Amino acid sequence: MLEAYPDNRLARILLWSFCALVLAFLMLPTLVVVPLSFSASDLLEFPPRAYSLRWYGNFFGSATWMAGLRTSLILGTLTAMVAVPLALLACISINRLGGRTALAIQGALLTPSIVPGILLAIGLFFVLAAQRLVGTLFGVLVGHVVLAIPVACIVLLPALARFDWNQVQAARSLGANWARAIGGIIVPQLQISLLSATLMAFLTSLDESVISIFVASGQNSTLPKLMFLSLRDQIDPTIAAISTLWTVIVLVAVLIVSLRQKS
Amino acid sequence: MMKSLPITIDSVRKAYGSYVALDDVSLDIRAGEFLTLLGPSGSGKTTLLMALAGFVRPDRGKLLLGDRDITRLAPNKRDIGIVFQNYALFPHMNVLANVEYPLALRKTPKAEARRRALDALARVKLDGLAERDIAALSGGQRQRVALARAIVFEPRVMLMDEPLSALDKNLRETMQYEIRRLHDDLGITTIYVTHDQREALIMSDRVAVMNSGRIQQIDTPQQIYDRPSTRFVAEFMGEANIVGPGAARRIDGADASHETLMIRAESFHLDAKIVGRDGVALEGTLRAKAFRGENWLLTLALDGGQEILVCIPSALAGGCAELATGQRVTAYAPAAKVHPIPGAVA
Repeated sequence: MLEAYPDNRLARILLWSFCALVLAFLMLPTLVVVPLSFSASDLLEFPPRAYSLRWYGNFFGSATWMAGLRTSLILGTLTAMVAVPLALLACISINRLGGRTALAIQGALLTPSIVPGILLAIGLFFVLAAQRLVGTLFGVLVGHVVLAIPVACIVLLPALARFDWNQVQAARSLGANWARAIGGIIVPQLQISLLSATLMAFLTSLDESVISIFVASGQNSTLPKLMFLSLRDQIDPTIAAISTLWTVIVLVAVLIVSLRQKS
Repeated sequence: MMKSLPITIDSVRKAYGSYVALDDVSLDIRAGEFLTLLGPSGSGKTTLLMALAGFVRPDRGKLLLGDRDITRLAPNKRDIGIVFQNYALFPHMNVLANVEYPLALRKTPKAEARRRALDALARVKLDGLAERDIAALSGGQRQRVALARAIVFEPRVMLMDEPLSALDKNLRETMQYEIRRLHDDLGITTIYVTHDQREALIMSDRVAVMNSGRIQQIDTPQQIYDRPSTRFVAEFMGEANIVGPGAARRIDGADASHETLMIRAESFHLDAKIVGRDGVALEGTLRAKAFRGENWLLTLALDGGQEILVCIPSALAGGCAELATGQRVTAYAPAAKVHPIPGAVA
């Protein structure tokens, strides 16, 4: 990589400008929401003419928004708690099985991340409807777990590929059954990857809107679903306030995990 | 002293697709015996060890520990101590936690587990290193931790899979001696896998030489070396010359054997008087000679065209330095060191 760094002054300026532009395109749409959220106006306007915290007050004062926030956080936590252990077990089997069967299973596990979300949501709606689970928290959880498993697998598979499996054989020979070998030998050594997988699963659920729109209802509505509904009915800067808070929550979560990985 | 058990391997077969890793292997290992499975890579020795450990399920046949059938028993219920080639220590635990691990699994009371783990560490001469991290240990020390961890729960059988192959030569020789001493102290039935024939000869009560999924010969180290039953065993165990009928003549003029003979390179002398009248003589042209420190290695081309290796200890090699290539040389071997190999073709 170092050789690719230009020593020509002009080339260096061009490179930095290009990088700045890429970053700007990535960041600006997110950042533009921040000033909007502090606007005193009833409409979404940029730049705001006056500033206030009224939309934050509106968000925290609304029972509907608070219920949505609660649902989203509970759902994200549950999704991570269910999806990561399942993904770990699946990845261990894929790794130990090897060969074409493992490849086929891996492919099947990863499909939810490839199939368009809307198809998945429609399919899930019919499956859940048959079980009378539409509108329940459990129904949304199933959908989110299906989406989070491939995300967790993508983090865990390479970590397991690097793992020294002789250690598991050693643990087994010393008297550990499979559960104890996984809990006592694999999990402690995969801590960092498991933490990343948990975060990714949590964020997958937090960010998900299509399945929630189809399957969630009433007090089980997630925050993204409520945001879409509110955009359809009325546009006010509450959305901007929520988005800003959302970005902060996600940034903090990612920061905590990356700091733990470094230490 | 632990109570050790005999092992019976009865017609065990294991195939991977069309590749036969174990071809109807039967073997009886006595209680307290040190038996080595010796063979080149792919000979089936590790597969056999892993079948005993429970990580490979035989297609056919039975494995008995004492009189208990363990063929289908889960690895964690076999009570067999295993030392792996790469040690397989747990890097997230310190030395003591590694050694206490099998005791913790058995719900041994804390104080007793601590005492037994420290005892095991003392046995492998690692006193004082209990609190070390695995990453801070040398290769030899890791090997000792692996040994301590494998003996601490008093298994009735020990399996070792090329445990010394990652160590340098000097350390390997020290550990060979120490593993054997540990075995003698504990009296535990031990199956040791290696591809190093010297290691097998030095350490074992008996050696089972394996090739292509079969046991070629099982016997004491001396018998295996001096009286190999097949050409493969003869050549795998050291510098062996296999000469056809008629190539060797009797020194006393009597009829020479009409069998294929195995004569080890170091069994030869250049002086007929040392050998005795019932020995054999092989005459040929000197092709090459090399001084190897403790001995001279001569390559002779026999009149039939076959080349043989002749190894003369430096102490007895008075004339070797003066020999010139192209010169006629006669090598003599005493009758006791000439071993017929039935069925082999030179």
